[in-house]
Amino acid sequence: MDKNKNILLQYVLQLADNAMILGQRLGELCGHGPILEQDIAITNISLDLIGEARVLYSYAAEIEGNGKTEDDYPYKRDILDWKNILLVEQPNGHFGHTIVRQFMFDCYHYYHLTEMRNSSDIRLAEIAKKTIKEATYHLKYSSEWMIRLGDGTEESHAKMQEALSDLIRFFDEAFIPSKIEKEESLKGIAVDCERIRNRAWEKFRSVCEEATLKIPEVEYPQEGGKNGLHSEQLGFILADLQFLQRAYPNSNW
Amino acid sequence: MVIDKLHIEDTLKQVTDPEIPVLTIQDLGIYQGFDLEGDKIIVKITPTYTGCPAMDMISVNVKSAMQEAGYTNVEVKLILSPTWTTDMISKDGLRKLKEYGIAPPVEKTTDKSYLSDEPKIVPCPQCESKNTEMISHFGSTACKALYKCLDCKEPFDYFKCY
Repeated sequence: MDKNKNILLQYVLQLADNAMILGQRLGELCGHGPILEQDIAITNISLDLIGEARVLYSYAAEIEGNGKTEDDYPYKRDILDWKNILLVEQPNGHFGHTIVRQFMFDCYHYYHLTEMRNSSDIRLAEIAKKTIKEATYHLKYSSEWMIRLGDGTEESHAKMQEALSDLIRFFDEAFIPSKIEKEESLKGIAVDCERIRNRAWEKFRSVCEEATLKIPEVEYPQEGGKNGLHSEQLGFILADLQFLQRAYPNSNW
Repeated sequence: MVIDKLHIEDTLKQVTDPEIPVLTIQDLGIYQGFDLEGDKIIVKITPTYTGCPAMDMISVNVKSAMQEAGYTNVEVKLILSPTWTTDMISKDGLRKLKEYGIAPPVEKTTDKSYLSDEPKIVPCPQCESKNTEMISHFGSTACKALYKCLDCKEPFDYFKCY
């Protein structure tokens, strides 16, 4: 494959993997949400994200143009080929963890899509114009829960503070460009993730403040997902996600 | 089979949405016309929400409606542009939604107020009361939110602005 084409493919897969893995994580809560309305809300968000992953994987398959389909990427790639950020593979934990993880991702996702609408790659721009409408609802939802639980009872506040302390080290990875994102050929196509850092952090800080949560200092920021270096969590997700295709290759409905 | 554009158009306009069967895909703005490639008919549809699981069902329904009308060489193509918005729901569609018990979107998405935190008034589709409250942003399908009427006490779905 042409070098620039391959770079675009890697970039599209990185975006798709973020949406796919978080969608899969949220899907684990289907039927297990804390109350019915939130069970439905979480699985709606999961559905939106898997929808986003699907259009991106379909685009990836078109770029490769060798007969692959959207299904080949989530079901048949090994762990080192996944380029999602570490944040999205973190476990659901208690509801506070689920919400903090979601809120961090939404802060990144919303501003990322805002910029991607102007991508010189028509397909990516088209996808962003569509999915930002969904991401807007996600950000609103997770912001409200941050505030409701953070500025809630003593117990909910403590749990949110705990979740924030556990996850804050994963927040910044989204804004550190990977080797692929820095490629010359992606100029104008890829979102400059450093450029959206300030806006995302500003939103993050203002909501945390309203939620009376203290943003902890990060001693050891975690990164590596964008380069295929994952926490042990991803292996468990893939074992579940890929079981059927691994056990019964190419099985179909 | 002879290709009769009006006949094709008529056939496609009658395909209904599997989730909200009182609406046709044309009412919803999902149907985006068709192209001809030789004797192949390419029907264009656009999803409401990106992950809308009804799209596969809609494709199947389009194909079978076309087959019944005598057209076998049909492809259904999913397009993302123009981006679907609730503004594309026809006037007829909005009325049918309400009659079906789903509150239609109350704002045009172009005014962007749906993104702000201003609480909006969604009238109850059963009793018209404006004394309603939102229970959840997310409802039974991706495109709906859950509301409750504080007067007639009925819960109802709201087709949210998109």
